[in-house]
Amino acid sequence: MKQEGILRHAATRLLGLIPTLLVLITIAFFLIRVAPGGPFDSEKALPPEIRANLDAKYHLDEPLLQQYFRYLGQIISGDFGPSFQYKDWSVNELIAQGFPVSATLGGLAMLLAFVIGSLVGIAAALRQNSAADYSIMGVAMLGISIPNFVVAPLLILGVAVYAGWLPAGGWDWSWQRMVLPVVTLALPVIAYIARLMRGSMIEVLHSNFIRTARAKGLPERVVIRRHALKPAILPVISYMGPATAALITGSVVIERIYSIPGLGSYFVQGALNRDYTLVMGVVVFYGVVIIVLNFIVDLLYAWLNPRIRYDETQ
Amino acid sequence: MSERTTPSVEDPFAQALAAADVPGRSLWTDASHRLLKNRAAVVSGIIMAVMVLLVVFGPMLLPWEPDFTDWDHTSSPPSLETGHWFGTDAVGRDLLVRTLEGGRISLLVGLVATLVSLAIGVTYGAVAGYYGGLTDRVMMRVVDIIYALPFMFFVILLMVVFGRHILLIFVAIGAVNWLDMARIVRGQTLSLKNMEFVEAARACGVDHNAIIRRHIIPNLLGVVMVYVTLTIPQVILVESFLSFLGLGVQEPMSSWGALVNDGAQDMESAPWTLVFPAVFLTVTLYCFNYIGDGMRDALDPKDRL
Repeated sequence: MKQEGILRHAATRLLGLIPTLLVLITIAFFLIRVAPGGPFDSEKALPPEIRANLDAKYHLDEPLLQQYFRYLGQIISGDFGPSFQYKDWSVNELIAQGFPVSATLGGLAMLLAFVIGSLVGIAAALRQNSAADYSIMGVAMLGISIPNFVVAPLLILGVAVYAGWLPAGGWDWSWQRMVLPVVTLALPVIAYIARLMRGSMIEVLHSNFIRTARAKGLPERVVIRRHALKPAILPVISYMGPATAALITGSVVIERIYSIPGLGSYFVQGALNRDYTLVMGVVVFYGVVIIVLNFIVDLLYAWLNPRIRYDETQ
Repeated sequence: MSERTTPSVEDPFAQALAAADVPGRSLWTDASHRLLKNRAAVVSGIIMAVMVLLVVFGPMLLPWEPDFTDWDHTSSPPSLETGHWFGTDAVGRDLLVRTLEGGRISLLVGLVATLVSLAIGVTYGAVAGYYGGLTDRVMMRVVDIIYALPFMFFVILLMVVFGRHILLIFVAIGAVNWLDMARIVRGQTLSLKNMEFVEAARACGVDHNAIIRRHIIPNLLGVVMVYVTLTIPQVILVESFLSFLGLGVQEPMSSWGALVNDGAQDMESAPWTLVFPAVFLTVTLYCFNYIGDGMRDALDPKDRL
């Protein structure tokens, strides 16, 4: 019965994604089109005939609304069009090249953050209000407060330049070049998950079913692992949606600092060069990624949480 | 409606109460007691007060102008002898003055953009919650939709499209940061609007706008204050993020994010140009987060983390 409910919930949620995507595409399209300056303005003034040809080639001479519907049609068929800036490259190719890099970074960072954040949070919760708890939470607060782009140069300076243990940047899929960016990216998420986990674990440990479990004489270890862990981890699961967005955003600046050829650096480059199609492509692509991951997290949450039932429309 | 009679002035109990002048324990006194007992929040508050004073008055007291180029001391390390306590950057500008000046912009952005998001969020949330029904559903659906968008990318888009004017930074950041506020305010309004005093106002014939303005919004103040304190550091962070990418404030204006960016360029030869602005930025964010946490514990004790 529950399975059925979740399936129905999934279907309604999937339908609900369509307006979100439409709004996303629409805002991004019109925003970048009302911008002063076009993709061909940066080079020296082109002869008018060539300019006209270029505009015709990229359909920039059509009325805006027509361009919009053309673009919508293209996107539905999965084609983001050619990049204005990187000649001979389609946006699809650029995304195909950049995304694996960014996804590897983000995935590893998420894994690291989830494991370490949860463990640290549980450790703090079990020693609530002790010196250890306070110092862990103090460090976690610091982790939330220090911006990525401050941590990254400091790590480069300390670990790469002075100590010389790891390379300072670049990308060749070797673990040595992954360590620093992944750690930098994960730090604030680790800190956030640790705080979340501590809070929910403390709350769960005060609930009646835990008292019952203890009263039965179960050893504390079993109480934590078998009874407290699952309900306590639920808030962390639902945070994974926003965490994905945070990691994607963070990767923009991290990729720039460590000179990593990921999707984030393409986005910043594209934005600075008014590469309409590239910028649009990345925004829409990342929008889809975030929306889909949120959707998965939502289902995971529903599946794990015994209190959620989808008998009624909510 | 009720049969209870209000105590008259002749009531001996009421007279005794008036004579004793017992100070009431309102929500606010309770909350400020709790807040003052929170040591981390109090210390953070003091540090932030000092920071604000430094940033506002510091540049006036220092002998250097922020754009003055000291050719005798370019990229010189911090020292008391040269008079550049924080050292100078690559073109010989005094880093202490620049850090304080940058702080003005960072804090100003934090404040103004928060106010923008506050104005939008409170109005939106209060209207949705108060009118309820279809209005509420449509308005909240819009919030859900915007919520799912990669918001940082939109701020970047806004900056690229409309240029990097400081006013635009306020609006752009504020305009994308009001969603949390709207959701919280709506929830609170939903529970407030069925309370007796609102019903009483409605029965007296007060119109909807006045009820929202005079009765709903003042009662939201506690929750709103908590979220204002938590929004300020977020906004400062977003601004410095933009400035770091080179999309925020423009020279000669500066902010902590822009200074960190400059510092990161020559950190190998002049690490102090990175460290000082970074420390100022981090300390500020750290303190605001602690104050926000303290306020939440004080005003909204059930939701502590």
